[in-house]
Amino acid sequence: MAKKERLKVRTQEASARVKNFDEVPFGFNEAEAVEEASRCIQCKKPTCIDGCPVNINIKEFVRLIAAKDYQGAIRIIKENNSLPAVCGRVCPQETQCEEKCVMLKTGQPINIGALERYAADWEAANGKIEEVKITPKLDKTGKQISVAIAGSGPAGLTVASELAKMGYKAVIFEALHLAGGVLVYGIPEFRLPKAIVKREVDYLKKLGVEIRTDVLIGKSYTVKDIFEMGYKALFIGVGAGTPSFVNIPGENLKGVYSANEFLTRMNLLKAYLFPEYDTPVKIGKKVAVIGAGNVAMDAARISKRLKGVEEVHIIYRRSDKEMPARHEEIEHAREEGIIFNLLTNPLELVGDENGFVTKIKCIKMELGEPDSSGRRSPKAIPGTEFFIDVNTVIPALGTKANELLTTNVEGLKLNKWGYIEADPETGETSLPGIYAGGDISTGAATVIAAMGAGKKAAKAMDTYLSRE
Amino acid sequence: MYKITLKKQLSKDIKLMGIEAEHVVKNAKAGNFVILIPHENGERIPLTIYDWDKKTNVVYIIFQEVGVTTAKLGMLNEGDSIFSIAGPLGKHFHVEKFGNVAIVGGGVGVPAIFPIARALKEAGNNVTSIMGFRTKELIILEKEMESVSNKLLTATNDGSQGQKGLVTDVLQGMINSGPKLDLCVAVGPVIMMKAVAELTRNYNIKTIVSLNALMMDGTGMCGGCRVTIGGKNKFSCVDGPDFDGHQVDFNELTSRLGTFKEEEKASLHHSKIQLVGR
Ligand SMILES: Cc1cc2nc3c(=O)[nH]c(=O)nc-3n(C[C@H](O)[C@H](O)[C@H](O)COP(=O)(O)OP(=O)(O)OC[C@H]3O[C@@H](n4cnc5c(N)ncnc54)[C@H](O)[C@@H]3O)c2cc1C
Ligand SMILES: Cc1cc2nc3c(=O)[nH]c(=O)nc-3n(C[C@H](O)[C@H](O)[C@H](O)COP(=O)(O)OP(=O)(O)OC[C@H]3O[C@@H](n4cnc5c(N)ncnc54)[C@H](O)[C@@H]3O)c2cc1C
Ligand code: SF4
Ligand code: FES
Repeated sequence: MAKKERLKVRTQEASARVKNFDEVPFGFNEAEAVEEASRCIQCKKPTCIDGCPVNINIKEFVRLIAAKDYQGAIRIIKENNSLPAVCGRVCPQETQCEEKCVMLKTGQPINIGALERYAADWEAANGKIEEVKITPKLDKTGKQISVAIAGSGPAGLTVASELAKMGYKAVIFEALHLAGGVLVYGIPEFRLPKAIVKREVDYLKKLGVEIRTDVLIGKSYTVKDIFEMGYKALFIGVGAGTPSFVNIPGENLKGVYSANEFLTRMNLLKAYLFPEYDTPVKIGKKVAVIGAGNVAMDAARISKRLKGVEEVHIIYRRSDKEMPARHEEIEHAREEGIIFNLLTNPLELVGDENGFVTKIKCIKMELGEPDSSGRRSPKAIPGTEFFIDVNTVIPALGTKANELLTTNVEGLKLNKWGYIEADPETGETSLPGIYAGGDISTGAATVIAAMGAGKKAAKAMDTYLSRE
Repeated sequence: MYKITLKKQLSKDIKLMGIEAEHVVKNAKAGNFVILIPHENGERIPLTIYDWDKKTNVVYIIFQEVGVTTAKLGMLNEGDSIFSIAGPLGKHFHVEKFGNVAIVGGGVGVPAIFPIARALKEAGNNVTSIMGFRTKELIILEKEMESVSNKLLTATNDGSQGQKGLVTDVLQGMINSGPKLDLCVAVGPVIMMKAVAELTRNYNIKTIVSLNALMMDGTGMCGGCRVTIGGKNKFSCVDGPDFDGHQVDFNELTSRLGTFKEEEKASLHHSKIQLVGR
């Protein structure tokens, strides 16, 4: 066995990367990948696999990388995960497979994420994309059976790919002009290059999946229309896209963008390349992002990369430990010089005579005694109000169910938060032939959870369609 | 890509376009709008659906060239294609028999009142349409509006056609002389909608306005189109665009429409576009 320490991926220097939108981690080179993979002790009971929401045979693919059989490694990964280049980059491995790796005891779990990324990138550069043999599934009249999918996020993409491989005609309807969901409009280029998402989408097209952008299910076509148009089943994967605001005075001042608006202007519409691209975004010298989740870190780190921005703040009402963002994101944000205002709660946004935001009134907080759930809730410390000067404010407080589709379907059961009630094992909803999964049934979660839901739903849909 | 099947100049900076888009036409109704992108690197902009044809699957829009995106759209011709068009968006206009209805359109708001007037007339209402323009040369859709109204009144600021003055002057006249109005609808520049709403408030006439907030996705995903209605935050793309005119915070809307003033100028300059008539 080579050395025992977990091998980290090399990253762009913080001082350089805040001036570009290129990917931050470089990824392993071959020697590094083999070295890290060789640290795996090939456990009899590979607990890492239990930690993976789609149960990739991690032990085996890591072994194959150590044996330099990269084509073999990627084949194993793709048995369970159709988007490895994406997942290798954005999965929270530290709370999934790596948290379950036996080597965690030594503080040095295998860097599974970086190895997954290595295998996927190797395939993109060198591999032969393996031809999949598809036998079309026909109905009694000899026509291929078609299935509709609403939403092209990771859930919808996975359903489409699985069903296409089984022989169905899968058609994705996407409201926006580009396929990918949060992968294209939410997650920034420097964490997930858009070329990678495009490659995955192009692969689906090769499998025969049809993607119809600009179509809103519930508006362009109702759910009833879909079945009248000849589709035999529908998967709903429309995400949890509705932004929340803080609900404090001044939030409708100019210069205040929801994280969704800011990220979409940047990632989907490329406002950072304005005026080459026509979509503008107005960002001042001082930016404050409210919240400390992944979305907040993304918004803060993009801001830091924009010309003319001098100061970027995170404002968060709890402490260091409670920040919900991935550890790596927080670390990257700190390295890039983002200023963290913890135990700080915004009370009000103040504007100038032209209606642009200029200041945030905040108050200091302290953590109280743990409540019944064990969480220490923050309390304001009276008399500690203060102001932060800002030109741009980005509330990043999580999202809610998008009701555009769900409230327009009679008989579709929703839970009290407006998410679709879907069987977590099959994606079945209260209506026959209609399946759902991803953020629209679980609330905002992860890429891999959405994919896992898509995979299960595709299987259940196949069973349903074979019976019909 | 969606094919442009028709292009017509209606006045010096206003154009009509027909675009093939079955998915927009299929469920289109009066009051819906589209969001389109002229070319790949372009911006998403909202435009009201003026008319549609279910036989040919063509949707018709009418737009005024006020900035980079509308100018670039105006440069495309019949046979060309646009990159993206999504719709029908927004809640459609709620049509029922109200009785006596006044429908007010100002400038490029007139195309938006056309399908609403038509639907209200078909539903048996007595529709009086009032169109306002700066001057005679800018008048559009006169014949079309006549065909969907029981009565059509026109106002021009300089008196070159119809009554001299503003649409509110005409509306005031109607209120003074005519039977009681059961509903008023107003679509046009914010300052016009605000004036109409202020006038009708005095007479307790229910008034619907169609708000033109800045929009991006049109699916309720960004909140950029938020407006304050009766003290509450609403997203105009999914909760509207029609709202009770007496509840709208028009000053906030006007302010928010100015968010990108400087960028809009820079963009025009960068694209070397000279707007007509400005
Ligand atoms: C900024 C940000 C960063 C994130 N970072 C990470 C990360 O690092 N790692 C991770 O695992 N997860 C991350 N997540 C969460 C993850 O992206 C989501 O959990 C995941 O994308 C959910 O997938 P989905 O398929 O359910 O929906 P989405 O990805 O939300 O896709 C839904 C799609 O449906 C479309 N749609 C909506 N309504 C309709 C309609 N009526 N008709 C047709 N189409 C419609 C939408 O336009 C969208 O394209 C992040 C999320 C955000 C916002
Ligand atoms: C629901 C809705 C329906 C609309 N229908 C029509 C229509 O049928 N015909 C039409 O010509 N226009 C319509 N508009 C306005 C149209 O969307 C804008 O004129 C367009 O976005 C301007 O884009 P631009 O790049 O050409 O100009 P920009 O450079 O973006 O803007 C130039 C000027 O137009 C103003 N402006 C920008 N966006 C809007 C907006 N959304 N509403 C009002 N003013 C704006 C700006 O404040 C600025 O002064 C509608 C807007 C909404 C929200
Ligand atoms: S738990 Fe860790 S060491 Fe064991 S097989 Fe999985 S990756 Fe290798
Ligand atoms: S335009 Fe984005 S929510 Fe209305």
